[in-house]
Amino acid sequence: MVKTRTSKRRSTEDSEEQSGPRPFWSGTLTFGLVSVPVNLFPANRSNRAPLRMLSPEGEPLSRKYYSEKTERDLDADQMVRGYEIDKGKYVVVTDEELDRLAPEKSRDIDLKSFVSEESIPPVHFDRGYFLTPASGSEKAYKLLAETMEKGGKAGLATFVMRGKEYLVAIFAEHGILRAETMRFPDELRSPEDVGLPKKKPRVPATTVHKFEKLIITRSKKQLSPARLKDEQTERLLKLVKKKSAKRSNVVEVETEKRDEGKVIDLMAVLKKSLAGKG
Amino acid sequence: MAARAIWKGELKIGSAKIPVKLYSGVVDRTVRFHILDDKHLMRVKQHMVNPDNGDEVANEEIQKGYEIEPGKFVIITEEDLASLEPEPSREIEIDEFVPPEAISQQWYERPYYLAPDGDEKAYFALVEALKNRNREGVAHWVMRNKPYVGALRAEGDYLLLFTLRNAEEVISARDLPKPAGRAPTQKELNMAKQLVALLEGEFNPADYKDEYRKRVMEFIERKAKGKAPRLQAVKTKRKPSSLDSVLQKSLQSLRKEKRAA
Repeated sequence: MVKTRTSKRRSTEDSEEQSGPRPFWSGTLTFGLVSVPVNLFPANRSNRAPLRMLSPEGEPLSRKYYSEKTERDLDADQMVRGYEIDKGKYVVVTDEELDRLAPEKSRDIDLKSFVSEESIPPVHFDRGYFLTPASGSEKAYKLLAETMEKGGKAGLATFVMRGKEYLVAIFAEHGILRAETMRFPDELRSPEDVGLPKKKPRVPATTVHKFEKLIITRSKKQLSPARLKDEQTERLLKLVKKKSAKRSNVVEVETEKRDEGKVIDLMAVLKKSLAGKG
Repeated sequence: MAARAIWKGELKIGSAKIPVKLYSGVVDRTVRFHILDDKHLMRVKQHMVNPDNGDEVANEEIQKGYEIEPGKFVIITEEDLASLEPEPSREIEIDEFVPPEAISQQWYERPYYLAPDGDEKAYFALVEALKNRNREGVAHWVMRNKPYVGALRAEGDYLLLFTLRNAEEVISARDLPKPAGRAPTQKELNMAKQLVALLEGEFNPADYKDEYRKRVMEFIERKAKGKAPRLQAVKTKRKPSSLDSVLQKSLQSLRKEKRAA
């Protein structure tokens, strides 16, 4: 879950914000006694066609928090995080407390176990992050990446980042380490939880064969990216093009202070960081 | 108690159709916090304001725009958005099958269980066929006005349908340059290989528990009773030493551990 620290919105909603050119997290990856300082960047681009909220005059708007009692807008330092223990009754928990609650050794990604890459069921996978070497750690980074990639191994660890514990699998591909955050076993439902039928009916072999035939005739070796296109966004971008060509419904405003909606080129950030300039 | 289905549909492979019900495969266990104003400890509200003058803009007056150039927006109306929505359908169309290793871990987003909704024989026959052929189906469907791409997979005796990320979302390591810096020596590679071999095991999910979540909840309960414990400040540490000697030491200590076990 990508959350920014300053906004105090951690764990309060599902919205995903792309982190900026700065790494999402900086820390240490360890295997044995070897420590590899790394930076963590998201491996997924966020929505490439975000819509902005505008005033009737076409001015970009900002989202603000306000107090219902005073009807005044609140700054970041006027807000705290609270856990609801009773209706309308909260226990305040600070960033500092959340940080301090993590035992020191839990703040490193300590690869305590290595497993074969394909042995982890995909139900666990949540979100990917690239790890880039922090300055001075290039050699140890390359050593780990090459060893894992050659052996087809994934490394497993749990660690605490930004007020949440993560189970991660680290993969090496093309000399680059990638962390996939994973769901803990108690975050997954079992077929019994769902209430799937326990008794399997006897299945006629002819029916199984019929399906096998359907599968064989439609089998491909590779997943083609064309099958994974975001068609709805394509349609939106086409509509935008059409409208802007016709100059219908286009508004222009003067903007000086617009860094809020700035789109970050994640690819460029990653390239820079891998080149050791990030 | 059985969970509630979130959607009903029909798997379609060629002319074969299997009615199914969809259930979420995950449970959210994140500790949920609310944002409060620090004076009254009441939940805050949100609104949209014009940053120039701080004036609130009411929901019904807000328009949406796509920024084509800095400060230049194409207005997208609700009707526009509705016109972009796909045709509603109950079909989960599976038109391709690939070996499981063809789908990188990066693509998987969210798992759903599929339950048979009538034709149990066909459902379990498909499970068997997918297992016999070791294939995953590539699925397309529309659910609640949104188009999805997914992977259909047999897991145990049942079908799982995963939503997959879009091609534009996923960055592949293949498109990135290899990291800069000196390459490790053969000697270091040999030692690292031995080190990984010593730490090798099977993936056993039961080994992993979210201990921190428990700590946070215990802390909250104690704080609620006014008995919050004093917490130690976070220290920074770490001293660099040569890669070679650290690898050597790691191997020694791990071998010792193994012998003792």
